[in-house]
Amino acid sequence: MKLAECFKQGKFVITCEVGPPKGIEIDKLIDELEPLRGKVDAFNVTDLQSSVMRVGSLATCRLLKDRDLEPIMQMTCRDRNRLGLQSDVLSAAVLGIENLLCLTGDHPKLGDHPQAMPVFDLDSVQLLSAVKSLMNGKDMAGNDLEGRPPQFTLGAVVNPGADPLEPQIMKMEKKIEVGAEFFQTQAVYEVDKFSDFMGKVKRLNVPVMAGIVFLKSPAMAKFMNASVAGIHVPDDIINELASVPKEQRVKKSLEISARLIKQLKDLCQGIHIMSLGWERHIAAVLEMARL
Amino acid sequence: MLYTENKPIDEILQSLGKEKNIFLLGCNGCAEVCQTGGEEALSAMKAELEKAGKKITSTCLVDFLCNKMLVTTRLSRQRDKLQQSDSILVLTCGIGVQAVSKVVDKVVHPAANTVSLGGLQGLWPSDERCQACGDCALDYTGGICPITFCAKSLLNGPCGGAKNGKCEVDNEKDCGWQLIYERLQKVGRCDILKKVRTARDHGKMLPSSELRKTSFYDIENPA
Repeated sequence: MKLAECFKQGKFVITCEVGPPKGIEIDKLIDELEPLRGKVDAFNVTDLQSSVMRVGSLATCRLLKDRDLEPIMQMTCRDRNRLGLQSDVLSAAVLGIENLLCLTGDHPKLGDHPQAMPVFDLDSVQLLSAVKSLMNGKDMAGNDLEGRPPQFTLGAVVNPGADPLEPQIMKMEKKIEVGAEFFQTQAVYEVDKFSDFMGKVKRLNVPVMAGIVFLKSPAMAKFMNASVAGIHVPDDIINELASVPKEQRVKKSLEISARLIKQLKDLCQGIHIMSLGWERHIAAVLEMARL
Repeated sequence: MLYTENKPIDEILQSLGKEKNIFLLGCNGCAEVCQTGGEEALSAMKAELEKAGKKITSTCLVDFLCNKMLVTTRLSRQRDKLQQSDSILVLTCGIGVQAVSKVVDKVVHPAANTVSLGGLQGLWPSDERCQACGDCALDYTGGICPITFCAKSLLNGPCGGAKNGKCEVDNEKDCGWQLIYERLQKVGRCDILKKVRTARDHGKMLPSSELRKTSFYDIENPA
């Protein structure tokens, strides 16, 4: 089923993140997604995630499409100006991509080419607005597109753990105003806090998919607490993961994720799994969460 | 010298909105030379605003608005007038507007666009920076520049990458948008963040051919 159709039917939508490799051997990645066929509604393909140079989102999306898997092309504002971005939006439409997720993107300084020029000609709100304009047959400069305009289901992101939260919600509203139709969130570990956030954005009437990041180790949780914006893994979860011997960590980690999904399920309209290389475990987690 | 050009009066009136009592603050440094600050510009602005039905609570001229010590000293003599004012219209460059915003808890509006930093610097005492974008956004961001304070120069709000109020690029640097948000909260103007800001016109960063023909420009480019 197309992603747009899933939202239309009010289905609890499941997406997961796919990070293209740094190198051209991509078959392994795509093969790992095969067990998720029919279980995951769509696959976000990241756009140079963490500002690390690698295979692009557009090509990978097309490879998924060729295998009849539904791709969501992520687009960031980090390394293309408005000419490059708009052109890639048209290219995506030509290659049959129907879902776009627009975001600001990490700063190049965080990645493997910290010397690169940060572009950010547009921000995420302006990028969404540019795509919407193309969908209406005009580019950002007001020039007409020839023939049939492209059509996309447009997604955006929000960070429910941001402090202060209000500017995030204001920006979320702007994203909706210019065309965002669904939201995926940063990783959620605190169900109560997420519930408060959902209470605040309920009036916006837009599908929100809670982010799930598999905790691979207590050290990873502590690292995220110290360095990743808007993520807080509570101590009881870290202790729970640390309480089992190393060889049982994977199992415990998946249990924690499945439990979170069950707790979040009734609060939102979908989940977005960022498995960070643990694609092979997604099916098991979904099964444990009875999705 | 920092080159500035007057913003169109319609844009200024729009930014003042319903505010009635306006404090006019002009710079007698670079802006005086560009005729965007100085005595004459202040009188002209006073006349324009009164014509539009505004009440001018005071006009004040400071030698260098980029110097926060000077601004603080001069404005301390006008505390009553400031209190009676809804906002301050600042007739100077982007650095001056930011400096004023830093020392006074009032809504500040820029009256000019900074179009070039020129060959000589004005006083440049602290954190405030101007990239001479030619389309001053300080009105919208509480007098804190989103282009220079935000590592990504974002115009529509924070990227979400800040941790504990610090920028994702440098954990010792404040997130520009967090500062903007706190500032707007302080002056009760968070509502203006709801407006979608359209993409910048980078063409405005190039000094216009008219500017390049002026004698000011020549002074700094001796043959």
